[in-house]
Amino acid sequence: MQPTLFSSNHLTISQFTFRVRKLLEGDSELQDVWVEGEVSNLSRPASGHIYFTLKDKNASLKCVMWKTDAMRARPNIQEGAAVEVHGKIAVYEPQGQYQLIVNIIQPKGEGALFQEFLRLKSMLESEGLFDTESKRPIPALPKKIGIVTSATGAALRDMLNTTRRRLPFVQVILAPSPVQGVEAPPALVNALQSLNKQNPDVILLARGGGSIEDLWAFNDERVVRAVAASKAPIICGVGHETDFTLCDFAADLRAPTPTAAAELATQTTIDDLHEQLLFHSSRLTFLISRLLADQKAFLSSLASRLKYASPERRIQSEYQHLDELSRRAFSALTHRIQLQSANVDGISKRLQALNPEGILSRGYAIITRVEDGKVVSKVSQADGKLNVRVSDGEFEAIVNRKS
Amino acid sequence: MAKTKSTQKPVEELSYEEALVELEGIVESLEGEQSPLEDSMKLFERGQSLAAHCSALLESAQLKVQKLVGESVIPFEEETE
Repeated sequence: MQPTLFSSNHLTISQFTFRVRKLLEGDSELQDVWVEGEVSNLSRPASGHIYFTLKDKNASLKCVMWKTDAMRARPNIQEGAAVEVHGKIAVYEPQGQYQLIVNIIQPKGEGALFQEFLRLKSMLESEGLFDTESKRPIPALPKKIGIVTSATGAALRDMLNTTRRRLPFVQVILAPSPVQGVEAPPALVNALQSLNKQNPDVILLARGGGSIEDLWAFNDERVVRAVAASKAPIICGVGHETDFTLCDFAADLRAPTPTAAAELATQTTIDDLHEQLLFHSSRLTFLISRLLADQKAFLSSLASRLKYASPERRIQSEYQHLDELSRRAFSALTHRIQLQSANVDGISKRLQALNPEGILSRGYAIITRVEDGKVVSKVSQADGKLNVRVSDGEFEAIVNRKS
Repeated sequence: MAKTKSTQKPVEELSYEEALVELEGIVESLEGEQSPLEDSMKLFERGQSLAAHCSALLESAQLKVQKLVGESVIPFEEETE
């Protein structure tokens, strides 16, 4: 480029930079762009903003993620990592620099994985693998719990501790399996199938937290199909609360963590069982006490009635009656006797008054004819020898003269 | 009340579920108050044995953890922290 000797159009730096800015910020593609590169010069100062440079073999690009976006997204970003970022170009005029204002940072490849996730999800969903109607209830009191997870690691330990605490009663069978890497999906499928042969009441499928790649085995089509086909109901507890894998959708129940999965499998705890037992025991005791009390009361009333109707009482009653009659009879008799007695006394006295002997003592005499013993009450009757009875004896007399 | 098989087995041989089901049955039966007194007393005694047995099972319960190796089940050694 040959500069002209005389410039016709001078621009100030500001004007020049402003023009560059308009150019870059006016490009709609560069305002909504995904780029990938390697992270270098990563800086995360106290202000909360994230500064870094993305580079490839031949070029580099300054980037910044502002604090608000950084706090919301909490991106996984490390020095040297291969990442995909989304953002828009901006020009920082004071320093004459262009930089990418980033709002999304992802490990490289994650975008592609996520697309695959959506594709599979859509396909399996249309096949009906995620239908709510096909979800089975989890037994309230399982006898046998199956677990598919890594034999080492916190997930298993947490699940066993939770189960032991809530329902030590139950039998646990572990089907160990790797939970990430290429070997994981076939191993998980195998574990689920073998475990189902042991007829568990429920199966826990779990692993601890990780990135989308770590958890990828649980998005593998083979594993998801095995989960849907499982004879025993499956509780899926993979990763953290916000992680959703396709196994979560295919499972009969999703748990936010492995520990929560174990809790959901043990809805009835040993405390519930104790309480239930206590309830039955109390009821039993109460019922039998009441039964006995009722019987006692009934017997008691029968005994009373028996006593009341007994011959003994009847006999007593009769005795009393008899006594009463006797008493009345006696009383009546006595009374009559008394009356008669008085009567007799009266008559006796009257008789006594009429007693000829009494008259005799007054000087009268009873004269009877010796011949025939007839009483002489008239002169005409006085003949022959006469027996004269006076008060103190008798003598004979002959009639001398009659008047 | 229909006589189930478990009422003839000795209490100690019953599993927790069997014992509990029988116990519930006994309680319901006694609530009905139809049986003669002697039968009720016998039921009560059996009920008490069942409750004691269940309680003992709960107290002594230890988590039994096993591992699948191929097709067979073997005891599992847990990691100690």
